[in-house]
Amino acid sequence: MDSQTISDEDVEVLLLDLHSKHGYDFLDYSRASMKRRLNRLVVMDKFPSFAEMRYRLINDEFYLRRFIEEITVNVTEMFRDPEFFKYLRLNIIPTLGTYPFIRIWIAGCASGEEAYSIAILLKEANLLEKSIIYATDLNPRVLERAKSGIFPMKYIKQYSENYLASGGYEDFSSYYSAKYDVVIFNESLRRKIVFSTHNLVSDSSFNSFQLILCRNVLIYFNTHLQSRVFDLMDRSLDNLGYLALGTKETLRFAGISAKYKQVDPKAKIWRKHDS
Amino acid sequence: MIADLVVIGGSAGSLKVVLEVLPKLNEHLQVTIVIVFHRKAAPNSEMLTDLLDAKSPLAVKEAEDKEKILPGQIYIAPAGYHLFLERDYSFSLDSSEKINFSRPSIDLTFITAADVFNSRMIGILLSGANSDGVKGLQTIRDKGGFSIAQEPVTAEVSYMPAKAISQNAVDLIASPSEIATIINGCTPSHNL
Repeated sequence: MDSQTISDEDVEVLLLDLHSKHGYDFLDYSRASMKRRLNRLVVMDKFPSFAEMRYRLINDEFYLRRFIEEITVNVTEMFRDPEFFKYLRLNIIPTLGTYPFIRIWIAGCASGEEAYSIAILLKEANLLEKSIIYATDLNPRVLERAKSGIFPMKYIKQYSENYLASGGYEDFSSYYSAKYDVVIFNESLRRKIVFSTHNLVSDSSFNSFQLILCRNVLIYFNTHLQSRVFDLMDRSLDNLGYLALGTKETLRFAGISAKYKQVDPKAKIWRKHDS
Repeated sequence: MIADLVVIGGSAGSLKVVLEVLPKLNEHLQVTIVIVFHRKAAPNSEMLTDLLDAKSPLAVKEAEDKEKILPGQIYIAPAGYHLFLERDYSFSLDSSEKINFSRPSIDLTFITAADVFNSRMIGILLSGANSDGVKGLQTIRDKGGFSIAQEPVTAEVSYMPAKAISQNAVDLIASPSEIATIINGCTPSHNL
């Protein structure tokens, strides 16, 4: 972030273009983050001016895919916040095990690290075979990566440390095979995950779930969009289902909060109690 | 000095400085103070906030996503997230790539603050071994805000403030007690 080629007004112009020409609605995204990513992209893609970026975006469908990937935040890791995964492992997964069939939705899954983490938790609880994980993102390009199950080797050390810190007790390397500078996660994990595009802004509820994870997604939205997404989550969650948010996100101010109970003051997990 | 916002960034050796400055602050200050420390995401990160709150006549809290920015309040950037200031005087959090090996990044908070507060703010860069914050301080200065670097001889790790000074990003070089005096001299612009 460096130069500030893109002004506040330019951000509005681009967001309106994206909406009217391409149907992507980012109008309720937090502006500071969006502006920073646009300025970062102008530099990365060496646009001499805002006007050239705007022109390219309107006229180049291929560039649009890259653009969408770069202006959304896709940073994630396996077992990110190990304490959270430990809580899931010890307290939530066993409850899910009482259902005949387990449906989990990971909303905003980016490149899929969290989906594979959840699959590992389910496998270690002997529940993976009766589970299905829907992992969605608005970004087709990151979903392709997620589907492949291929991740750079350089992150694996961090991921296995996270795994151990989250209470994992298996040999983490038994979940993937290494090839040169990448690892590929086992087919037995991948086949229980359905990766699909879904836009939280414009798409509706598509199933009902016992657990929804939507972590570090809502921080990019303004409060209006946050509350719409909470309604969507609520419509997609079974009674007694769980909703998990990011470390710095809360359901406290949401319209739906009355029928939800935080399972533990330290855990960002809420359970639905429909009267 | 007329200012509605003071942003402070620090890395290695900066906590000590903040612990020296906060107790000297006037409890009736009308300025908002935002502090970005480089630190590791730890499960009990509220400990730092509690420590600072105990030392400060002004209330100290961790900044929350979409929280309104209020005068006379001290906000600490949460560990593991970038902290941005929005045009509607609220905070937002961001968990994107680290900048200068840091999340929170001082640069990002300074730059977004300068976008909103322009000349109505002061940026202060403290002790540290990283160059994060130098660009942010420069941006604050470019937008008409006032930029201060901790006097390098008073810094446990002088690299960060010295770098800002060498890049010509600094209006004033100040010791910790001078920094407290300057903050106490801030009066609001009544422009909020």
